[in-house]
Amino acid sequence: MIETRFEDRMALLEAEIAGRFPDARGRFGPYGGRYVPETLVPALDRLEEGVRRWLADPQFQAELGAQLNTWVGRPTPLTHAPTLSARWNASVWLKREDLAHTGAHKINNAIGQALLAKRLGAKRVVAETGAGQHGVASAAACARVGLPCTVYMGAVDCERQAPNVGRMKLLGATVVPVTSGDQTLRAAVDEALRDWVSDPDGTYYLLGSAIGPHPYPYLVRELQSAIGRETRAQMLAQAGGLPDAVVACVGGGSNSIGMFHPFVADTGVELIGVEAGGRGSALGDNSATLSFGRPGVLQGAYSILLQDDNGQIQETHSVSAGLDYPGVGPEHSFLMSIGRVRYEYATDDESLEALAECCEAEGILSAIETSHAYVGARKYASRRPGARIVICLSGRGDKDMPTLQRTLLKGKL
Amino acid sequence: MTAPLHESIGRAIRTRAATGEPALVAFLTAGFPTREGFRDALARVAAAADVVEIGVPFTDPMADGMTIQRASRGALANGVTLRWILDELRALPERPAAPLLLMSYLNPLLAYGLDRLPADARSAGVAGCIVPDLPYEECADLKAALESQGLGLVQMVTPVTPPARLGRLAREARGFVYAVTMTGTTGRNVAVPDAVRDYLGRAKAAAAGGVPVCAGFGIRSREQVERLRGVVDGVVVGSALVEVLERGEDPAAFLAALRDKA
Repeated sequence: MIETRFEDRMALLEAEIAGRFPDARGRFGPYGGRYVPETLVPALDRLEEGVRRWLADPQFQAELGAQLNTWVGRPTPLTHAPTLSARWNASVWLKREDLAHTGAHKINNAIGQALLAKRLGAKRVVAETGAGQHGVASAAACARVGLPCTVYMGAVDCERQAPNVGRMKLLGATVVPVTSGDQTLRAAVDEALRDWVSDPDGTYYLLGSAIGPHPYPYLVRELQSAIGRETRAQMLAQAGGLPDAVVACVGGGSNSIGMFHPFVADTGVELIGVEAGGRGSALGDNSATLSFGRPGVLQGAYSILLQDDNGQIQETHSVSAGLDYPGVGPEHSFLMSIGRVRYEYATDDESLEALAECCEAEGILSAIETSHAYVGARKYASRRPGARIVICLSGRGDKDMPTLQRTLLKGKL
Repeated sequence: MTAPLHESIGRAIRTRAATGEPALVAFLTAGFPTREGFRDALARVAAAADVVEIGVPFTDPMADGMTIQRASRGALANGVTLRWILDELRALPERPAAPLLLMSYLNPLLAYGLDRLPADARSAGVAGCIVPDLPYEECADLKAALESQGLGLVQMVTPVTPPARLGRLAREARGFVYAVTMTGTTGRNVAVPDAVRDYLGRAKAAAAGGVPVCAGFGIRSREQVERLRGVVDGVVVGSALVEVLERGEDPAAFLAALRDKA
């Protein structure tokens, strides 16, 4: 781990708050950058130029805003959770990304990038997906703007998230099961990159998380920050003040960076990211990158990774396909290094139990990914009785039914 | 002051190209198909090629096609590591005449340690590195570390590299300029249309006065090599050679046949 002195950490936090990251080299402190084959460098230069131009363009923002309001269903509600609040001795609030179109936060990024792809003259879009939520969101967004879409999905994930494969096909996407590598999200990213390398001029790569080469971590953060901006305003209006803590699950880290970023300057608000602790702390038994990883380069960025002593990327395990990834977005590595966000993990069993509790207490079936955040929130509440806590309810759990049949519902039907 | 080690690479390529034959830069994945067979495979490839690239396996070879993905996975399953590769090279009974390069994704090099890698690689007889996921903008640390020991970092250029960038990469390249023949991953058979010959010609012009230019990605046949004769100084043969080794055939015969005039 890179050791940083307190004064340096404070200076870096000030720079982050002032919006100086990513810097000109696409870095958040030491993390980030652009580690890609030479073939993709001109394509990334064009993307960076396009991001700079269009995200600042009032007409583009108006078009994106209209799609978010009338097609995605934003702003999503902030729901008070009275039963969880009573049980945990806290004031618990849920940011309802599960109510966004296609059932998760992924659509915020997908529609934004699909509109950008159109502006940049792309002929087709490729995307990767883990849980299938980003694949479904990309398929929907591409259908909406009129671009053909190919989604790479690990063969293991195609099986455990079967309902989403059907949804993508209905939405007009071509789904390619990936049988190379670990057959999960990371192999899907490798395969999407290989596709993009083959046609860097005509193809737009719609990356679904805050990972990858610059400018993706920045672009995805900007598009997902609607979550945190809305939450902040809703807390002030509905709860009468800012929360004590904001909790979100972290895989690649897109819902969490979108939730956290607008709160980074509110230094009185604790930010807690919860990774997938899987079945244990040994290499290969979890996907808790920030808890157990070391710095390195994977899929375009310098960040924290789960790797062995020889720099080989480790296979990961999580009951949730969406968190089953050995890397993490570079801005998360940075926020951890300066101490602004605390990262912990929840195991498979804890998360499934929390999923069941939220169903029964609040009448909401959350994604297994999201359920990791409940575990972190409950632990926080036990340390800080009476605290006001917001949880990013990143997605709905319907897509997890095959996994839930095998776990929570086993022997109960 | 002796000349840096990496100059041996360009010298080997130019010496061959001066005969009117394109130089052969041959790639093999270390420890594939077998760990035990590495020294023998290397000796036989090095005897037939002008320069040898030794592939360091990586779990996520994003620039590679099916063949090198399979070889990389196989080598990892065989327990191959960068440390083992350097130990094997140091233990060779006879150092190959052809200069050796390491071809590795960045992360295994970072894990080894950029402080130790250059001296250890040099003592193993390595003259340079090729790193497919390290574009020029990110290469300063590795390039400086390698050059401190006389080792060179090859730069890759592609058909979509803009002209000004092509010039800069050609100037910064050590050993040779690796001109990727197409947009895509390694291993797919490519035609060599006039547009590609034109691009390779531009790469050659950009490198004039500097290091030689070798074309790679998808080179499999004598016809392709023939189309490239006189356009570039050499060709890189990777996936096709790995498949020859995988089938247990003679790599030297395969490489010699690539250069046979029809």
